[in-house]
Amino acid sequence: MAGVLLHVSQVGKRFGGFVALEGIDLEVREGERLGLIGPNGSGKSTLVNCICGTLTNDRGHVQFQGEKLDGLPAYQRTRKGLARSFQLPRPFFSLSVADNLRIPLLYTVGARGSAHGDMDGRCAELLHMVGLHDKYDAMPVDLTQVDMRKLELARAMAAEPKLLIADEAMAGLSHSEIEDILKLLVRLNEQGVTIIMIEHIMSAVMSFSQRLAVLVSGKKIADGDPQEVVRNPEVVRAYLGQ
Amino acid sequence: MRWPTFLAIALAVALAVAAVARFYGNEYYFIAAYVVLQYVVLATAWNILGGYAGYVNFGSAAFFAAGAYTTIAFHSVVSLPIPVLIVLGGIVSGVIGFIAGYLTLRLRGVFFAIATLALAVVLQTLIINWDHVGGSRGAYLLRAHEFPYIGSYMQYLFLMMLLLAVVAVSVARLIERSWLGFGLAAIRDDEAAAEASGVPTLRLKLIATTVSGAFMGMAGAPFPYMLGYVDPASAFNLAYAVNAIAMPMIGGTTTWVGPVIGAILLGTIQQVATVTISSAVNLLIVGLVLIGFVILAPNGIVGLFQQWFGKRRAR
Repeated sequence: MAGVLLHVSQVGKRFGGFVALEGIDLEVREGERLGLIGPNGSGKSTLVNCICGTLTNDRGHVQFQGEKLDGLPAYQRTRKGLARSFQLPRPFFSLSVADNLRIPLLYTVGARGSAHGDMDGRCAELLHMVGLHDKYDAMPVDLTQVDMRKLELARAMAAEPKLLIADEAMAGLSHSEIEDILKLLVRLNEQGVTIIMIEHIMSAVMSFSQRLAVLVSGKKIADGDPQEVVRNPEVVRAYLGQ
Repeated sequence: MRWPTFLAIALAVALAVAAVARFYGNEYYFIAAYVVLQYVVLATAWNILGGYAGYVNFGSAAFFAAGAYTTIAFHSVVSLPIPVLIVLGGIVSGVIGFIAGYLTLRLRGVFFAIATLALAVVLQTLIINWDHVGGSRGAYLLRAHEFPYIGSYMQYLFLMMLLLAVVAVSVARLIERSWLGFGLAAIRDDEAAAEASGVPTLRLKLIATTVSGAFMGMAGAPFPYMLGYVDPASAFNLAYAVNAIAMPMIGGTTTWVGPVIGAILLGTIQQVATVTISSAVNLLIVGLVLIGFVILAPNGIVGLFQQWFGKRRAR
């Protein structure tokens, strides 16, 4: 059995009087494809932000490859191999598509001392992987919604992560575009990248995930085989609405 | 264009400017050119933090005055040549920039801008209450009339400011095209996404604040020699803060050339207005031009050119 890559233990987060996360435990193994679902406001993005260092958890610990990440800023977590894509695409609008990828190549791969000699070639390779090879010099403002989401994933991949957290990478896309992104995520996983997919589109989650965890009101209510989890009466009541 | 080539061209342009100024020989031209070049340095320095990283600094006058008062503080103890005073002014203002940055760079947007404004007020209050540099009375500084091999002292000051402008613009261009410039552009566009891409945002912003502050201090260091008298009202004048922001915004903030164009354009208009109308209208001119650009060309003159060339290429 593969080793544990990410270990989240009793993580809690409050915003004033509102409890966003309450003692979340989660383990992700190397090479795994984990689906993380929950209704709006259940704490999925807060959990991602606590894992990635965008937010500081009030209690509990986050361990990555056996190392505690508590207190580390987000950029150091990225350098350790933990990358994310954002729920709404957040490209660097003043930089070209290729330059968007140069940022993680310079600051993450370069900082690890494993920089690619041919950065232009690596940018082209990443853009080819996500199907944006003809947009090398384009500006993000000229991209379609699906292309922006692909750029978001390519930028996360440029950091050469061990764990990729895709936060609603398919929201607002058509069926064929969802298929495109799904194929891309599966291909990345086959290349050895562990993936946590946060998604509302259940068909995509079910076809992608090897394991499924469910958050409701800041608590994890289920974690296990996707088919069993969606039949769990508590999940059905809280999330699927049947 | 490689950096040494750019520096060589910049020096050649500076030499040409100096030669033209000497050809006319009118002392006023040196004073006017000095002021315009001082704004080139100030605008370029502001743009390193405000334009590249998107952090608006309203406290430029504080850094400028820190450089000027460093000169006063040293002058009353030991006589030092102006290039040394420029370096010292840069160091003092750079350190102030680093400390102020460390304390304020966790703030964003308007909160950061207000904090820099407060810095200017705090520093001005300290200077007003520091007798060694003249306090609220101000301090006089007698300068020589002539400078060996060059001519009048004003010509010497002009040459110093010309060299400083070349250095400031070259450093700004170097930053813009380096890993640092890429990182600052990412911070300007989206700080959280930059951090998630591995950019050490606080460290980069601190570098930008320090370099920006240092050049503003360098611009202020020869100021007491230029006027022969400095008081808090003149060194912390609102005009420096306003011009330092307006000039890059009018020229364009995303490249090194924008602040240079903005400073030459606005600086020259102000100098012409000073001798033809009154220096009192200078800020009015800046305000009106700035309003016009914010409405009609928010990306400045450089942005207008880029838009125009982009459309031509698309045809």
